[in-house]
Amino acid sequence: MEKNYVNLDVNPCKMCMPMGMATVLKGIKNCMTILHGSQGCSTYIRRHMATHYNEPIDIASSSLTEEGTVYGGENNLKTALLNVIKLYSPEVIGIGTTCLAETIGEDIDRIIKEVKDIEPYNKVRMITASTAGYKGTQFEGYHVAMRSIIQQLADNPVKNKKLNILVPHLTPADIRYIKEVLNDFNADYTLFPDFSETLDSGYSKEYKRIPEGGTDAKDIANMGGAKASIQLGVTVPHELSAGHYLLERFRVPLFQIPVPIGVKNTDRFIKLLSQLTGNPIPVKYKKARARALDAMIDSHKYNAQGKATLFGEPELVYSLASLCIENGIKPEVLAIGGKNVLFKKLLAPLVVKEGYNPLFLSEADFETIQQQTIIRNSNILIGSSDGKWIEEREGIPLIRVGFPVHDRIGAQRRLNVCYEGTLRLLDEITNCLIEHKHDGYRKEMYESFYKKQVCSQ
Amino acid sequence: MSSIYKKEPTDYTIIQERNKSIAKNTANNIVSITCDSDSVAGTVSQRACVYCGARVVLNPITDAYHIVHGPIGCASYTWDIRGSLSSHSEIYRNSFSTDIQEKDVIFGGEKKLEAAIAEIIEKNRVNPPKLIFVYATCIIGVIGDDIEAVCKRAEEQYGIRVIPVKSPGFAGNKKDGYKAACNSLMTLMKQSKNLQKVKGINFLGDFNLAGEMWLINNYFREIGIQVVSTFTGDACYDNLIKAPSASLNIVQCAGSMTYLAKQMQKQFEIPFIKISFFGVEDTSESLLKIARHIGDEALIKRAEKFILGIKEKTEKELLYYRKRLHNRRAAIYVGGGFKAISLIKQFNDLGMKIVIVGTQTGKAEDYEEIYKLADEGTMILDDSNPYELEKFIKETGADILVGGVKERPLAYKLGLAFCDHNHERKHPLAGYEGAINFAKEIDESINSPIWSFIKEIDSETEGIEDDVRDIFQEVYNEKIVKLMKV
Repeated sequence: MEKNYVNLDVNPCKMCMPMGMATVLKGIKNCMTILHGSQGCSTYIRRHMATHYNEPIDIASSSLTEEGTVYGGENNLKTALLNVIKLYSPEVIGIGTTCLAETIGEDIDRIIKEVKDIEPYNKVRMITASTAGYKGTQFEGYHVAMRSIIQQLADNPVKNKKLNILVPHLTPADIRYIKEVLNDFNADYTLFPDFSETLDSGYSKEYKRIPEGGTDAKDIANMGGAKASIQLGVTVPHELSAGHYLLERFRVPLFQIPVPIGVKNTDRFIKLLSQLTGNPIPVKYKKARARALDAMIDSHKYNAQGKATLFGEPELVYSLASLCIENGIKPEVLAIGGKNVLFKKLLAPLVVKEGYNPLFLSEADFETIQQQTIIRNSNILIGSSDGKWIEEREGIPLIRVGFPVHDRIGAQRRLNVCYEGTLRLLDEITNCLIEHKHDGYRKEMYESFYKKQVCSQ
Repeated sequence: MSSIYKKEPTDYTIIQERNKSIAKNTANNIVSITCDSDSVAGTVSQRACVYCGARVVLNPITDAYHIVHGPIGCASYTWDIRGSLSSHSEIYRNSFSTDIQEKDVIFGGEKKLEAAIAEIIEKNRVNPPKLIFVYATCIIGVIGDDIEAVCKRAEEQYGIRVIPVKSPGFAGNKKDGYKAACNSLMTLMKQSKNLQKVKGINFLGDFNLAGEMWLINNYFREIGIQVVSTFTGDACYDNLIKAPSASLNIVQCAGSMTYLAKQMQKQFEIPFIKISFFGVEDTSESLLKIARHIGDEALIKRAEKFILGIKEKTEKELLYYRKRLHNRRAAIYVGGGFKAISLIKQFNDLGMKIVIVGTQTGKAEDYEEIYKLADEGTMILDDSNPYELEKFIKETGADILVGGVKERPLAYKLGLAFCDHNHERKHPLAGYEGAINFAKEIDESINSPIWSFIKEIDSETEGIEDDVRDIFQEVYNEKIVKLMKV
């Protein structure tokens, strides 16, 4: 279905490609980011990420001005590289383009090739991605960045025993938990991008301008020799998928599975790990699964009252929808801000099988999501804090999950994955539905049934 | 709390091109600083772009449709993030973007923009728009869409005001965006340039963050000062076009609005004065200044009386905070010079010491004023960055940083208190009520119990207390001894 306005996006449910690039680069060890464009792009992205993660987000800009726009921004980019090296001493610098750089035809790969052997540029490994803001959303930017970086860094095809774990935009807490699961399976792995520490670091007496943590570029170099890749992300199209690149280029077997949110999706992940590592499922996870099932039984009648509008990036909405479906929460509106063919193709059979008939919205804005939410009579919203607009207007409660969450604290440490995270998230949803029902039922019953009558004594 | 940093020099070196924008305040105040220049690439400037400057100035106009002509990011990152309140329309809280795609970049975006304007008109027949702003972003500047022509045609076709805002991000810095916004406001007001003058003021450079404009307007009402129009806090089309009839412009946010005031002086013959409603001292002085400019003896008397009453009440409350904040060291890094100057005065009033003053877009005259007001040894920075802020916070032993959203996590990670003096604030910091809120916020952060943990962190134990048992044993000792005896 089309959005209400054809020529306008009214209240966007998407961001731009450089945002995705900036997020991925936060997942590389000792890496700094430069956005080649005007100063605003990096500052806006820094602000957006800073309020979500509550962490300092240092992203440099080549600060293109009128002169750079007319005569080329090569000098600006070179200066930016030099200054970033001086101020941050990174091992890796990731350079993303912006609308401006792409439109004026900046060839950043050529610029980098020119300087990469010269002191002091030769001290750092420079990686690039083409991320014009108008070519896609943050989702595409994220995957383009992942794929480009692996293309540039994975240069050692010698076989090794490691698993590649390719993660989409999850919370740092999610990534920490996935690493815990991998360790419990005794898996030898390279997880990329790993922003579990860099975007959620602890307080330490010594402030680090580039926070500790992140995937080591040296480990990325060996990804082509891995035993297999697990890509958490079924809606990532082949041409954007890092897993597909490793498959095509190095014949690394690829297992593309959904983000482990919901019991079924988590089962897939856990079983796959067991198969690939040859190790049995640890008791810990069997217990966690049993607890999740127990909780789902406890909550099922409350959940049956739920009529949900889900919105955000395709991968997250896909797994959130699975969670809703397996708990009897009716999906009413399933909306993504960008274009994604796989999203509906994969999700539609799932919902149809359970007898639901939700409205799929692609390239949706919140103006349309709001209107369809009212038409469909949803009673719960699940997605980023940008849904606060509908919450405020229509009084429908919002479960904040995804990016960005600007108006609540702690989005970076929310666990949503595997049995434990699924349960935490489900409890939040269920409690919201209970609260909704308990708040209103006295009045509702009174208004529906009470007729004034004389008491007979 | 006093800072965890010991006022020691660090080994951080400053990028050479940045040295001229950094100065230490000396006794004879002869230092000068380079400002109003392009940001140095790769230094992680805290500034945004031209579009950002324009957007912040015009955004609070409540019944306007703000169309961001460009790719989605520019609209997405600026959607409803600021704390400007409205007493009527909420149209301004929506984000309208032409969401430029690759094919538009190739074939041009004029047609899409035209269709977008048509759609807004078509879909809002019940409550027809009066005013549309069309912002040009980087890409529009490069692909060369003639937004002026599109806007002009739309005005003719629909009979409403459709005003271009020339704000491609790369065409200067944030300050050029202020100017672009002011030019758009001038374009809007030209239609009513011959209005009969009335005895009243326009209030320029207040954005009604957390209701600050309302709060100040209450003072005006009590004193008897009539407000014709506001720029741009809680502004609407009908009031904005009345602005040329005012007899005085008062300018608060000088960085963004002095240009508009000068233009209005030239074209509508409205004189202007600079005022500030931050801090007790500035608020009182500003009220008197306005009364003297427009009023007779009676009005001035009323102002004096009003100030006397409210000042006494405020001072009483501030006393408590002065005791708790005395001699603490404050660092300031904010957007414009006017705010920095007001903050210095407020900190001085609270008995605090200023150790750093920096702005993103201050002007030479702002810095002159800053030299005069700030203590000797104060570090003065223009268009600074996280690296320099870290260096000087450590070297000056600051206890608190005042700044915007991006500075907050830096302060916290450095173990520093923080005051949110940004456009997202949810409580007023202006006027007398705001002066108390300000002191309260400083106190709540600087005297929070959290900092005692930070100070105790020792690298070996990572701060984990190991004498917990001892404490409890001391308390229970008597009892334990007794029990042992039994």
